[in-house]
Amino acid sequence: MGGKVVTISSGKGGVGKTTATANLGISLASLGKKVVVIDADIGLRNLDVIMGLENRIVYDLVDIVEGRSKLRQAMIKHKKFDRLFLIPAAQTRDKMAVSPDDMVKLTDELREDFDYVLIDSPAGIERGFRNALEPADEVLIVTNPEVSSVRDADRIIGLIEAADKGPGRLIINRLKTDLVKKGEMLSSEDVYDILGLTIIGIIPEDELVLSASNSGIPVTLNTQSKAGLAFNNVARRVAGEDVPFMKLDDSPGIFQRLVGLLNGR
Amino acid sequence: MTNLLSRLFGRARKGSGATAKDRLRFVLQHDRINLPPERMEEMKREILAVIVKYLVVDKDRVEIDLEQRDRTHSKLVAEIPVAINTPSSAHNEGAKPALAGEEAQAKAANNGADAEENEADAKPAEKQKPQAAKDEKAEEREKDKPPEESKSKAD
Repeated sequence: MGGKVVTISSGKGGVGKTTATANLGISLASLGKKVVVIDADIGLRNLDVIMGLENRIVYDLVDIVEGRSKLRQAMIKHKKFDRLFLIPAAQTRDKMAVSPDDMVKLTDELREDFDYVLIDSPAGIERGFRNALEPADEVLIVTNPEVSSVRDADRIIGLIEAADKGPGRLIINRLKTDLVKKGEMLSSEDVYDILGLTIIGIIPEDELVLSASNSGIPVTLNTQSKAGLAFNNVARRVAGEDVPFMKLDDSPGIFQRLVGLLNGR
Repeated sequence: MTNLLSRLFGRARKGSGATAKDRLRFVLQHDRINLPPERMEEMKREILAVIVKYLVVDKDRVEIDLEQRDRTHSKLVAEIPVAINTPSSAHNEGAKPALAGEEAQAKAANNGADAEENEADAKPAEKQKPQAAKDEKAEEREKDKPPEESKSKAD
């Protein structure tokens, strides 16, 4: 069977799926793994710009599925890691151009050559999500510590379990430790309590993520970035390493603790 | 104690993070069973409407709630306090609701074999008069009944 297919999903858009996929791809490649990342968001291609590979695209996912391109022709090698490849989404087509079966066929071929096949799922719960889910061996669910994102994550988790792809693991993205300390943001423990899923990563809010996407150099390549380090840890956990969680200092402040204690929480 | 502390420290109210958690728990509870809160309330009202046909219920203390251990384990838990018919209150005019409660229970316990009898009992005396044969039967049964029950029917 060979490589493992890992789908990165979220339900809600804009929570950081593409950023997570790009960074996990880079991190896994830097661990020496052979990795291919697939942008399954047909019509809204983005993984290419986040990875800084937008100007190398010739063929895309739909070209492969419809037989206009060989698999090898459409895969774009990363500038820095020669073991990391991207299969971009088609920009001018829609999600119906690819079926879940197409994705299974494609990933089965890729499994033979790669250690990891990462699929960046589109937002939503329709065809694009089904395409990304069908071939998955494991699903990582990205959520922000915020009500609408957690709610959508719960919906997605239900669908993942219904498709026998569960239980999945959780990446909590953009955690603002100062707000959690003040009791003004859901903590990672809160999200765990609500969703009941194992957490594979907690990514702190980090301005360097924006700079990274501006420049097309994923943040995990920046050794100064806490978010980058956290993504790197997620990659190592995906690869089966037992990595302790970064000290994020997001535990409730002493005063919140005191009040919580007195309120019986 | 908490109040004192909040006054002492100024800002001790629970943060919006805790509110977010409570709201999420509520909304997910309904999402997961695919029954919005308003429909749930409607269902509770309907359940209660059925029960009060048979039992006297202390409506203020009724609790029908959804308990959710996790995504896949939900149960509807109902606590419905029911008025109990005590021997001392049975002969008391004031204990009418309690008697009605007992009656409802008795009827609920009846099954197919007793159904015909039950039907005859339920008919008002005036309507039964033209049907001579049936009336006689009804009278016979009336005699066999324990005094307590016939009293409650007369009420």
